Amino acid sequence: MKFALFTGCVSKGATRELMVSTMKTAEALGIDFVEMKSAACCGAGVVSEQSPILADALNARSLAIAEEQNLDMVTICSTCQGILKKSECKLDSDEEYKEKVNYVLKEGGHQYTGGKIKLKHFANILATPEGLEMLKSKVVRPLEGLKVAAFYGCYVLRPSEQSEYDDPDNPTGMEDIFEALGATPVYYESRVKCCGFPIVMMNKKASHDMAGNALADAIQSGADVVVTGCPLCHLSLDSYQPEIDKLKQLGYSVPILHLPQLVALALGIDSKELEIHKHIVSTPNFENKLAKLGAA
Amino acid sequence: MATFKIKRYNPEIQREPYYEEFQYDPPEGTTLLDSLNEIKWTQDGTLSYRMSCRSAICGSCAVKANGHAILACQRQAEHVIKNDTVVLEPLGNMKPIKDLVVDFDPFWEKINKVTPYLKPEETKPEKERHQSQAQFSIIDDSSTCIMCGACYSDCNVLEVDDNFLGPAALAKAQRFVGDSRDKDRKARVEQLSEPGGIWDCTHCGECVERCPKPAEPFHRIKEIMTVALEEGVHNNNGARHALSFTKSIKHSGRLNENVLPVESIGFLGVKGIVNLVQDNLKMLMQGKVPTVIKDVFGLIPVGLRMLKKGKIPPIIHHSVDDVDDVKRIFKELKQ
Ligand code: SF4
Ligand code: SF4
Ligand code: FES
Repeated sequence: MKFALFTGCVSKGATRELMVSTMKTAEALGIDFVEMKSAACCGAGVVSEQSPILADALNARSLAIAEEQNLDMVTICSTCQGILKKSECKLDSDEEYKEKVNYVLKEGGHQYTGGKIKLKHFANILATPEGLEMLKSKVVRPLEGLKVAAFYGCYVLRPSEQSEYDDPDNPTGMEDIFEALGATPVYYESRVKCCGFPIVMMNKKASHDMAGNALADAIQSGADVVVTGCPLCHLSLDSYQPEIDKLKQLGYSVPILHLPQLVALALGIDSKELEIHKHIVSTPNFENKLAKLGAA
Repeated sequence: MATFKIKRYNPEIQREPYYEEFQYDPPEGTTLLDSLNEIKWTQDGTLSYRMSCRSAICGSCAVKANGHAILACQRQAEHVIKNDTVVLEPLGNMKPIKDLVVDFDPFWEKINKVTPYLKPEETKPEKERHQSQAQFSIIDDSSTCIMCGACYSDCNVLEVDDNFLGPAALAKAQRFVGDSRDKDRKARVEQLSEPGGIWDCTHCGECVERCPKPAEPFHRIKEIMTVALEEGVHNNNGARHALSFTKSIKHSGRLNENVLPVESIGFLGVKGIVNLVQDNLKMLMQGKVPTVIKDVFGLIPVGLRMLKKGKIPPIIHHSVDDVDDVKRIFKELKQ
């Protein structure tokens, strides 16, 4: 399996451990990721606040680059996935708009055709029947006894027409992956909610309250660890966790992993190599479970 | 036969709400509202909910089905019954009054806050005020709102912050911000850029998902943001965040996470910094704690924490390959 990998900015910046663990997971699974080094930022839904057509042009360019390579495109960030998908849908549903955008791209040597390649989040590749079979066949360290709560990230779920999940109000893809890895999925209501990250600079309290409610829900539902497919959720849930009032009051904390980190643990790669120690939050409970699995 | 598990509440009789199960077999093609009516008429006349038009026009019948807001008259019962059961609850983010009826007062108060009527130029034209098709299409979607409250019910920010105007009021605001006949565009976006306005929306997309009409508030909120930035209403963290973000992509093709927070809180360009100093001096003189101090101190703990763990983004910010093409696109689009 060969894909064009759209890394996004955050896996190159504040969550570099996401990039490390993605490449290690891919290697262990025999997936060939070709990094899209000339692709620009997806705009994160922020560039479009200033200029929608600018965001769509940058994303059309990225999609065109994958088309040129004739490779399906994989994202490792829920936000990148949702934003690229939104541009793709806009371009594909409006021929005139596509022409306008292509006119802007022309001089750079790129043209977006549409319908040639698929755009999917890494989780969506792994959560297919074939993906799950492949995972099961490669697991060397089943994550037995580990209770894992998924945190999906808004942009891969809503709007549902643009989601890769069958039932975006009640998705199961991440949990299916956890089961394939031998872990126990924890279902809880907040797994499809917002982490609060987009407004951390504008309304810090509301942002942290959202994260706090979701994490308290996960912990009260029995999670040892929360796993996300979005590095922005990771920042909100991990880097800011010590500031979340609700958790402080309850005396709670919970480690947050990137999806490829969890997968790689089951594929036999150790925690250290996956840079799990770079996360802000760790708990004795999780450390013990890792040690028991021989993954520390 | 299906089970309708309905959240019941009547504070005159019992303080706490409870769930009651009704058995009913909805004939094929009937709506959820039809089912509620049947249950009320044949099983329990005290069951309370709102309804009127039965055709997705009046906006009365929104309830939560299986945890998400929908219009009861717009969905077929069989589509919301999962494993022979549907759970019906009152809308969220509003106080329940009785059973599925909630108090809409805060919803309407927020609609009123956005001045939900046209403010045209004083001088009256001889005949009507004309709008071209293109001008109308800017407000076409927001005009379709039926005030059902489904978006308000499921908004993730409203769950934690009552001060947020919320999706319906902001969609209504776009209806007038985008109206070519309105003279108050700038004043409107200034007001909407204050705390509790457009920049407090967390992009959760719930309102788009739940809206039964093309109004889809989140898209309208983004349209207001674009107008606010165009109109030069930049003196707030949300606007500066968008400007700083886009500037970063223009220079390197990717986000500079070290610069973004600092510029967002005010250190953005000479004009921005002058504004920042002026505003904060004013606050100081009024005896308030200057927001910039709070903002800067707010960044320090998370910054230190990340530094300690080696999570600070690289100090030397690398560009994507072929960044010249990215810059060219910005130029071509005059950004
Ligand atoms: S997108 Fe914004 S307005 Fe809409 S529900 Fe989410 S936070 Fe509320
Ligand atoms: S915007 Fe949509 S969901 Fe919200 S009140 Fe209007 S019609 Fe209902
Ligand atoms: S009864 Fe009028 S919208 Fe449903």
